[in-house]
Amino acid sequence: MEAKARGAKVIHVDPRFTRTSAQADVHVPLRAGSDIAFLGGIINHVLSNDKYFRDYVVAYTNGPVVLREDFRDTEDLDGVFSGLDPDTRTYDNSSWQYAGTEMQAASGQRDQEYDQRPGGGSVSEAARGEAHGAGGADVGEGRPERDETLTHPRCVFQVLKRHYARYTPEMVESVCGVPPDLFRQVCELVTENSGRDRTTAFAYAVGWTQHTVGVQYIRAACVLQLLLGNIGRPGGGILALRGHASIQGSTDISTLFNLLPGYIPMRHAHQEQGLDAFVRDEAAHKGYWGNMRSYLVSLLKAYWGEAATDENDFCFDYLPRLTGSHSTYETVMAQLEGTCKGYFLMGENPAVGSANGKMQRLGMANLDWLVVRDFSLIESATWWKDGPEIETGELRTEDIRTEVFFLPAAAHTEKDGTFTNTQRLLQWHHRAVDPPGEARSDLWFTYHLGRIIRQKLAASTDPMDRPVLDLTWDYPTKGEQAEPDAEAVLAEINGHDAEGDPLASYEQLRGDGSTSCGCWIYCGVYADGVNQAARRKPGGQQNWVANEWGWAWPANRRILYNRASADPDGRPWSERKALVWWDADKGEWTGHDIADFKKDKPPDHRPPEGATGPAALSGTDPFIMQADGKAWLYVPSGLTDGPLPTHYEPQDSPFPNLLHARQRNPVRQLLPPHPANRYQPSGDEAGAEVFPYVATTCRLTEHHTAGGMSRWLPYLAELQPEFFCEVSPELAAERGLRHTGWATIVSARAVIEARVMVTDRVPPLRVHGRVLHQVALPYHWGPNGYSTGDAANELLHLSLDPNSHIQETKAFAVDIRPGRRPRGPAAVELVRAYRARAGVDERTGTEP
Amino acid sequence: MTDDTAAQAARTSVDPARGNLLFGSQPDVAGAAGYTDARPRMGFFTDTSVCIGCKACEVACKEWNAIPEDGLELTGMSYDNTQGLGADTWRHVAFIEQRKPLGGQEPGIGHEDVDVFAAAADLGTSPSSPGPGATVPEPGSVPAGAPTGAISPVAPDGRTELRWLMSSDVCKHCTHAACLDVCPTGSLFRTEFGTVVVQEDICNGCGYCVPACPYGVIDQRPDDGRAWKCTLCYDRLGTGMEPACAKACPTDSIQFGPVDELRERAATRVERLRAAGVTDARLYGEDPQDGVGGDGAFFLLLDQPEVYGLPPDPVVTTRDLPAMWRHAAAAAASLAAMAVVSFVRRAR
Repeated sequence: MEAKARGAKVIHVDPRFTRTSAQADVHVPLRAGSDIAFLGGIINHVLSNDKYFRDYVVAYTNGPVVLREDFRDTEDLDGVFSGLDPDTRTYDNSSWQYAGTEMQAASGQRDQEYDQRPGGGSVSEAARGEAHGAGGADVGEGRPERDETLTHPRCVFQVLKRHYARYTPEMVESVCGVPPDLFRQVCELVTENSGRDRTTAFAYAVGWTQHTVGVQYIRAACVLQLLLGNIGRPGGGILALRGHASIQGSTDISTLFNLLPGYIPMRHAHQEQGLDAFVRDEAAHKGYWGNMRSYLVSLLKAYWGEAATDENDFCFDYLPRLTGSHSTYETVMAQLEGTCKGYFLMGENPAVGSANGKMQRLGMANLDWLVVRDFSLIESATWWKDGPEIETGELRTEDIRTEVFFLPAAAHTEKDGTFTNTQRLLQWHHRAVDPPGEARSDLWFTYHLGRIIRQKLAASTDPMDRPVLDLTWDYPTKGEQAEPDAEAVLAEINGHDAEGDPLASYEQLRGDGSTSCGCWIYCGVYADGVNQAARRKPGGQQNWVANEWGWAWPANRRILYNRASADPDGRPWSERKALVWWDADKGEWTGHDIADFKKDKPPDHRPPEGATGPAALSGTDPFIMQADGKAWLYVPSGLTDGPLPTHYEPQDSPFPNLLHARQRNPVRQLLPPHPANRYQPSGDEAGAEVFPYVATTCRLTEHHTAGGMSRWLPYLAELQPEFFCEVSPELAAERGLRHTGWATIVSARAVIEARVMVTDRVPPLRVHGRVLHQVALPYHWGPNGYSTGDAANELLHLSLDPNSHIQETKAFAVDIRPGRRPRGPAAVELVRAYRARAGVDERTGTEP
Repeated sequence: MTDDTAAQAARTSVDPARGNLLFGSQPDVAGAAGYTDARPRMGFFTDTSVCIGCKACEVACKEWNAIPEDGLELTGMSYDNTQGLGADTWRHVAFIEQRKPLGGQEPGIGHEDVDVFAAAADLGTSPSSPGPGATVPEPGSVPAGAPTGAISPVAPDGRTELRWLMSSDVCKHCTHAACLDVCPTGSLFRTEFGTVVVQEDICNGCGYCVPACPYGVIDQRPDDGRAWKCTLCYDRLGTGMEPACAKACPTDSIQFGPVDELRERAATRVERLRAAGVTDARLYGEDPQDGVGGDGAFFLLLDQPEVYGLPPDPVVTTRDLPAMWRHAAAAAASLAAMAVVSFVRRAR
């Protein structure tokens, strides 16, 4: 609304007309799961009408780079890129490389057999797609061939043009259901508002990420924003609107299995690597990832302090190792297999919030122990006595041997700490009140758990226990509750030098063990011993960038890659959009923001031959984390499912893929077959007509994710008291659904019921020449709490994005019928009957 | 209460400087109620054109005032499960789905020459309006180049033929508050801020105020029958804080401040919207000449008041009291005269 007040035009693209649409200038309803076709259409508009920002593309992107001769695009191979191995469902990306470079073969002994274990995926790739999300993927040695005229037939720019040539307005209409004139309006608004004087920003949420091609959705936006010159500039960018407070923080300080803090990749079990070999294999040779050793050694010093020495590789061997993908869904499979025996749920409610609730519960029912830390008795804590499987008779309480512990947790107002938002801004929050009763913070729980475990192991001489015993685990505690001092943790994350003085910047980190730092990108948050995240200087007392409000990583820079806000000579692209620029007199970068660039590196700097790391970046390489200093229109390595975004249909879709013979993402991650996780026939496959409607899960303002923080609160529960589905009046008429009556919604996995909300806000669309109805399902409900209802995620399958291992909750196919769902065993029977009618078996929907 | 005694004393004559006490314009409501050191009259301007329907006002109101939850019913009335103001709902957000384009104005009209960075540089620098904790900048104190402290029109492209109106309703704190006039216990009183407050420790549950309110705002709780409604957070005003709903409103749809200033701001805003092609934009309850003498809490609406469940032409139910008394007196006089006449006749 603030941007609107200052003249911004807001375009809202969403299958539903939401509260956001109500305030937008243009609402574009489209078919859920068709966004790459939509964005690809805009890319095609930009390319075929010469609307791109040529100087930016030539100088700052890899558009001019020439690709190898053996690269084949999806346009050449009808829906797959060169290098696909259909048996392992993986790509060999060697043909995706730049001409003139050689990818260095990763050294160390790979366990090839493990790599090819069915379902295990490739060890090397499973974890790396995401690990390199911050831009650590290497591009190999040598100087890539460039064509700055952008005319070489194999240059990225021309490849891009050919790749999107068929994404025409007519194709967009047919695939997405967006009429051509509305689509043209969007294209014009976006392109008119981009260039030297203007910038456009994209904001997305999980409607883009939760797909089998989720990463490629975001990539499509990247391609578009780079062509338009909207990255690294004020008012530009791609903003991930997070689903929870501090989700950004949880990837920065890494709750993900494949990352160490600061996006350093986790090491692998089946490669024999020491510290040096690991850094050599994982670190890019150019750009700031070239300093990975400094970041990693400082992290090891923060973990193991005195025990980490040069002689023992700074305890590198203490780090846990990956044996493949260990995402939340593989963990469920491991629970079912019996290899995962214990489970901590801290503020997470997978029985409601994760895809396929039944798989989640069956997994938990096979554990030895389960610890749930939450505000109230969420479904994930009580499924063993009142879950849906107890009602249907699929599970019996007396048969479940899982020991369940429930521990009350403190809310954010009851503890100190930081939130990191999508702009990488850390903001400190202070404890306002003590947590009630036995509720404690996660910090309290983790610290004291570690303390007690260390006590119990104190006498151990088993080398296996050394990593735990050698940990620096000495946080001061305060108060009656012995709450650890959160600022002490922040100081450890920030790091200190050999004298124990706080560091101010990651540039100070060293790989010789003289510095310690818990997360290199957060280095500086405790500079001068001051909690920089707690700064609250009012906007009126500083410039519009507001660098003194909180603290943003890296190094308090507010706009990432902001060197790109100036032209190659270091002058702002326009006065209106000036952010940082080169001051030749002072010999430094200056401006409103802190330059995301070496302060004294002039624009005309050219690195000497053989330079590595940051020194290898020239004065015109703004993308300092990228291995070539450029933004990637085309991704030669780092992604598992292709260098360019391509439209594939969702795993379960009522429509065939109009663009390619390949229906689904050929390398999407499918979990091993399980009777509770069957996929549906799609498109032209027999039985697809049994699930004719597109469904998408969604959220409501009044509730929070899986409901643990809202369904138990009377003031929020009364605002949206019951689970409902949103359908159009046309669908209601077609299926005999009555407003505020009941509907039964069925997939090949589950059946749920919901109250019916008939509304014009979910309009029918014309897709592939026929009318499509969509069903919107808010996913906040479950059987527990003050406001109750079935959980929408019961309907979901486990088919994942191969890079991020996220589920496809935003586009799937269902049937909907009037009335309440059957109870008990009859519910199971109904789903079975649907599966039989659609001809579903364990092979359905599993082709590459 | 001072209110009652002062008001009753004043009722005998109408002071032209202070206005009429039962209806019509009344520039000094607190003064008319007997306050010699009255503060500027405080109120709400609820600009529904920037309401995003988040219901933060409803929750903040219930939290601050410890109002009980009042029913988990899915109404099917769009996203409105609150249904209306009542004893346990002092802020209510209405949701109205319409098959109608919003206005047909050009998106982002009149912003081409806005220097957004200059505007951003001034963010937060303008002083708050006078009065306790006022939330929005004064007219004229907005960032250079930015529209008048306001958010641009909710702008449709006229294509979807669908609009979703959202509006946060509240007690109007009428200039002539019938609830207060009919209250026999003095539980309802006029504050030094010109607002109308009900005191739960004095209310005897007689319920006279309920039919007296022309908006249907004040309501009794079923347990002991006492009456409840918005106090405009009287307890917060006294310590210089703004009301909880205004504090929680993320878009300044609910603006709190001196009523005179809010009226000025509202007039500017409605003009802007109309100029931008939103011809449906109108003010509701801001007119001191209306049936209640103008509301202390008034609104900018994008459709007829009835659409939002508001009475189109509310009239203070005590407006006709003098006339009624005159008629009653006349009737009594006629009866007496008839009686006298009948005796006179009988005497013949």
